[in-house]
Amino acid sequence: MSHHTTPQSAPGSGNGWEPRIVAFFCNWCTYTAADLAGVSRMKHAPNVRIIRVMCSGRVDPQFVLEAFARGADGVLIGGCHFGDCHYSEGNYKAARRVRMLKRVLQEMGIEDARFRLEWISASEGEKVGMVINDMVEEVRALGPLGLPTRFKEWDREMEAFAHAAEAEVKEVAHAG
Amino acid sequence: MFDASAHDAPRVGFYICHCGSNIAGTVDVESVAEFAATLPGVVVSRHYKYMCSDPGQELIQQDIREHQLNRIVVASCSPLLHEHTFRHATAQGGLNPYYFQMVNIRENVSWVNPDPTAATLKTKDLVRAAIRRVAHHRSLERKRVPINPNVLIVGGGIAGIHAALTLANAGKKVTLVEREPTIGGHMAMFDKTFPTLDCAACILTPKMSAVKTHPNITLWTYSEVSQVDGFVGNYKVRVTRKPRYVKEELCVGCMECVTSCLYKDARFPDEFNQGLSKRKPIYIPFPQATPQVVLVDPDTCIQLKSGKCKKSCVEACERDAIDFTQTEEIKELEVGTIILATGFQVFDAARSPFYGYGVYPNVYSALEIERLVNASGPTGGEVLLRDGRTPKKVGIVHCVGSRDEKTNRWCSRVCCMYSLKLAHLVKEHTGAEIYNFYIDMRTPGKSYEEFYDKLLKEGVHFIRGRVAEVTDWARSPEEEGKLIVRVEDTLIGVVRRIPVDMLILSVGLEPRADAQQIRRLFNISCSTEGFFLERHPKLAPVNTFTEGIYIAGACQGPRDIPDTVAQAGAAAAEALTLIDTGYVEMEPNTAFIQEAECSGCKSCIPLCPYKAISFLEDKKKASINEALCKGCGTCVAACPSGSIVQNLFEDEQIFSEIDGLLADVAGV
Repeated sequence: MSHHTTPQSAPGSGNGWEPRIVAFFCNWCTYTAADLAGVSRMKHAPNVRIIRVMCSGRVDPQFVLEAFARGADGVLIGGCHFGDCHYSEGNYKAARRVRMLKRVLQEMGIEDARFRLEWISASEGEKVGMVINDMVEEVRALGPLGLPTRFKEWDREMEAFAHAAEAEVKEVAHAG
Repeated sequence: MFDASAHDAPRVGFYICHCGSNIAGTVDVESVAEFAATLPGVVVSRHYKYMCSDPGQELIQQDIREHQLNRIVVASCSPLLHEHTFRHATAQGGLNPYYFQMVNIRENVSWVNPDPTAATLKTKDLVRAAIRRVAHHRSLERKRVPINPNVLIVGGGIAGIHAALTLANAGKKVTLVEREPTIGGHMAMFDKTFPTLDCAACILTPKMSAVKTHPNITLWTYSEVSQVDGFVGNYKVRVTRKPRYVKEELCVGCMECVTSCLYKDARFPDEFNQGLSKRKPIYIPFPQATPQVVLVDPDTCIQLKSGKCKKSCVEACERDAIDFTQTEEIKELEVGTIILATGFQVFDAARSPFYGYGVYPNVYSALEIERLVNASGPTGGEVLLRDGRTPKKVGIVHCVGSRDEKTNRWCSRVCCMYSLKLAHLVKEHTGAEIYNFYIDMRTPGKSYEEFYDKLLKEGVHFIRGRVAEVTDWARSPEEEGKLIVRVEDTLIGVVRRIPVDMLILSVGLEPRADAQQIRRLFNISCSTEGFFLERHPKLAPVNTFTEGIYIAGACQGPRDIPDTVAQAGAAAAEALTLIDTGYVEMEPNTAFIQEAECSGCKSCIPLCPYKAISFLEDKKKASINEALCKGCGTCVAACPSGSIVQNLFEDEQIFSEIDGLLADVAGV
């Protein structure tokens, strides 16, 4: 495990690629835990950018897809433990969606470790750092996802396909 | 009031706070301000020493007026700390407060990411995200919800009692729910209180009676809260009242029934006296118990166990108060605010077996000694060993279940002082030699250090060191029957063996065993140690993250009586503030349905835990009741047609935040 490793190089500090992870943290548990980590000055890797939502149940699968499509190498969702949800059951809904979404991501060739759901309560400041460091190292090991680049390749592929189809149609028309 | 609509071209004012050196020591705030100035829509971009200060807020207001700003972004600390401050400043400048977005670059960046380059880069991403997001903000109004003026207080120790009386004296109706058959809590078990050595009962029992007789207080003892629904100002609470098998309104506490019980001798462990004395199946916990009502213990009463008793108690009661048919009763009540004062439990010394608690009969917990020195306790105030002898040497071990990696890491705050108090009292009662075994002597508090000085002059021995082991291994005939304390005296650097007759373990304070269930019931959080979590450790110590629910006393962390009373007063004041305001303004983060887009698929309806979504049969559309919606956004995330909008967390806002975070990623 990489819990105790401190981040070696910072993104932008050199030419080396650094994982970029987008996190959605629920207001009541995980965001508060991240604040606690801050107040307790618990250092962790700088690769995660947090977006605050009221509940992990608010995380639309499209947010996750958008993040990957825009170039995120990983997406992390943080919510309250089962039984602790401020809205009683939003985290259960989040858990169900994550399971379904993982199948879709698998189909798209996005590795399992790039998308993570963690339950972190308001008191677990230490866990925030552990999860972040762990995920950053896992994603680092996988390398860049580079979905935007892949999309461009797919676009070119589609364009070529469209041209070919068009040409075929013309040919058929001509022959007719 | 100048108000921009969501369609106006954004004119953003951006402010990055140095927070002294808290942020600026790590993040290059000047370069972030320069960077922000280049982003589309940014009209003003500044860095300032303390944005939350008056001049900082004034800066925002001036800029709004001078530069016709219609969006404000502040990068500083956590929104949980200062969002309301900057929303207020935005409003003071003449804008709707919701045209504001906050970027957390202290808790989320500078305090956790020490590398300046990485921290600055991360800040720029977060700032770009917020500036893109704020363009999609809308003007919103806060809804006012009325506050039910009635208050529920859970726990009838000194904290609950003090809070109840404070509120009741202010004319508010209070329901005080206590799990035990009497109020009084731990304080009622103590003999004297430190450092004044005034008798605990003398200062507590008048307050207990005042609770019982106060016209504004409803007291439900032997009862537990079993369900809590609703929200600030409008809580619906269900209380389970356990059967006492005695009609509370008829019993006058004459105890004739107790005398006439078939059991001529008391033979069951008395909970109030820590099992050091016996009680009968029908009993009153202690002489000043409030209410003065007996109760029947179903586990030991012959009638309740077998139905074959001649029920002499029923015959003895002139008021026909005994009722063996009583069953559990469910009460419902509506309150606007709730104060939790559920207290602590003492550490079970058997968990640290090397102290010999539960092995050697003359090893006692401090709470047991409190009962022994008490004049109304099991020995009438005589400190005696289990065999009836008076101890000649007594050891007091500090920090049992406190400051200990293996059990509880925290300092329990009260043990040094109560150990000194017990040293004084035991010496006074027995004339014994007293040995205090301590790690550090912690006596912060008014007149506390002076009390320690007094004890030093009384000839009590103080040995600085953690006790390693307690045995009965005698080396000489004089040591036979004694407890041998092995301890390293760290001040003289030797390991000592000290034989004593009695050993008192100064057990620490810990969260109640069911604190986790209780916090779930009330939808609040616990801190790492398991005590209830306050909203802010310094500035909101009695508030929780759930509006309208307050905490007081040792359920929030170990504390002594003066601090507990002060906190109970503070919690009462917080409740009063809400009640006297009469309403609470709700965060407008509720969801609504854009009818034109709704396909009537009903996916959202079962997702809502508050039953806020209904289906309009005539229109074949879903509809959200704003009063019931609590703004979690779960339905929004599920709507296949994207027709549900959550205010403050709209899809467009979050998408633009995501895009802003990743805008510089190569390949986009």
